[in-house]
Amino acid sequence: MEALLIAEKLRERFPEEVLDIKEFRGQISVTVNKDKILNIFRYLHDDPDLFFDYLVDVCGADYLGKKEKRFEVVYHLYSIKHRHALRVKAEVAADKPSIDSVVGIWAGANWHEREAYDMYGIVFNGHPDLRRILLPEDWEGYPLRKDYPVKGPEKEWPGFLDVLDKAKKYREFEWHG
Amino acid sequence: MSAEEYKAGDQNLTERTEPEENTFETTELTISMGPQHPATHGVLRLVLDLDGENVVKCTPYVGYLHRGVEKLGENRTYFAALPLTDRLDYISSMNNNVGYVNAVEKLFGIEAPERAKFIRTIVAEMGRISSHIIWLGTHVLDIGATTPFLHAMAQRERILDLFEMLCGARLTVSYPRVGGVRNDISQEFLDALYEFVLEFPSNMDNYETLVTENRIWKDRTVGIGVISAEEAVNWGLTGGTLRGSGVDYDIRKYAPYDAYDKIEFDVPVGKAGDCYDRYMVRVGELRQANRIIKQCIEKLPAGPVMAEAPKLTLPPKDMILKDMEHLIHQFILITKGPSIAEGEVYVATEVPKGELGFYFVSDGTGKPYRMRVRAPSFVHASVLPRLCKGALIADVIANIGTIDIVLGECDR
Repeated sequence: MEALLIAEKLRERFPEEVLDIKEFRGQISVTVNKDKILNIFRYLHDDPDLFFDYLVDVCGADYLGKKEKRFEVVYHLYSIKHRHALRVKAEVAADKPSIDSVVGIWAGANWHEREAYDMYGIVFNGHPDLRRILLPEDWEGYPLRKDYPVKGPEKEWPGFLDVLDKAKKYREFEWHG
Repeated sequence: MSAEEYKAGDQNLTERTEPEENTFETTELTISMGPQHPATHGVLRLVLDLDGENVVKCTPYVGYLHRGVEKLGENRTYFAALPLTDRLDYISSMNNNVGYVNAVEKLFGIEAPERAKFIRTIVAEMGRISSHIIWLGTHVLDIGATTPFLHAMAQRERILDLFEMLCGARLTVSYPRVGGVRNDISQEFLDALYEFVLEFPSNMDNYETLVTENRIWKDRTVGIGVISAEEAVNWGLTGGTLRGSGVDYDIRKYAPYDAYDKIEFDVPVGKAGDCYDRYMVRVGELRQANRIIKQCIEKLPAGPVMAEAPKLTLPPKDMILKDMEHLIHQFILITKGPSIAEGEVYVATEVPKGELGFYFVSDGTGKPYRMRVRAPSFVHASVLPRLCKGALIADVIANIGTIDIVLGECDR
């Protein structure tokens, strides 16, 4: 099915939830309200005409100062059976950003959501194992946010001093064999 | 004996049963495997909860190679971020470049000329051969056979030599450019490549003689790491890892880019979804890649290798030295970047590991506002707990090998 038709169909089904439909270079983005995101995805996944069985990607995006709601969670969906694609975006406000997790629908969302949490601090409610994934667990800040500096934070990673201490200690070890 | 007969006859050899009832008291043991472990193909760390030889739970830890490619990409112009993609999946950097430039071209709204598309197809398939062959060598080495690894590395060396002849670099090539490729290919290169292509099938026969019907290889891979088609799709697996389960999803067929719609090739598909079928799929892909290169060389059209879009593509070096206009374009493109329309695109290409996607959000400036890399290795590593649950420790090694991950791409 044409992506634009899918978007229209989605708007018919959830008139309150679909906020915006945009086309660029032949690709359709649907912006939705985040509150009923699980209902929307359950519908997209289960409906036999749409049948989005493959969740390509989940990622966050930070629109600091550009949009009213600071964050966006972007889902790329694909249907291997019908060979159509759709991009769904959910806006998330800056204050305690959170959204429902879709791991129950697509198991593959697990690490993508952990990464979005790691990089943007967006909390995915109902996620089975929401921890940092690429950065150390004691890392402070969320690197892909636009207010995070490119060249690293002011102070050094605190764990680094521990590592240096340990290295020094092991160097001093003497063999009394 | 064919694969089917073998499976029908020797089920009891490969079937994994529940651990037998304990006759003496045992405790669960937790061990850390990696990050420095030769079979983890980089710096992957697995924490394994073991009950004897059986894995109760497997928890992967990734991120040791995290370099913040997405953040770096957002602070560079579209042209300057190209070399970052070399360092994602560093054993098939050519495919990453092709994926990146395809995505940027879609965002810019330009198209590469026909000859450049064919050249990109050729180099992408060379990258696929190089990546699959190193996968074959290391996977088989992990499981205990040394000989195929040596043969595989010798073949890969030939591909790298060809890359060197093409663009001067062996590993981090950055050969494709936004709007085409860096330089045209020479007749000398084509001759050397054609020679390689003609010899390749007999070399493949040699590897298959060593591995495909090998009794030990089959004992270690048939029925190991089984994942059904529905589950594989639900986990978001792509590439050979998915096709081993019997789903023929291949972006080169589903949404053709470059010259793939003008080339005839088949997509090998497995049935059982175990390590052995995934092996057969990738061996089939090696032969198909060779077939694609051969056709591309025979059909290679004449013409330019860069698109005519002076405000969006880097001008040729000799013109910069001769012409004022080109010099101005070069200066603006390098310092400020191109000015393009606001919008967002997601473009995926089929790299050896699976689906590599780039998601760009443009705010009209020369740098991407958001650059997202959808890395297949990242998704494939996430399925390890599912594959390893209930398996033996030895099968963990087979499972790491079969999903074909590169940690540079996983951690980005």
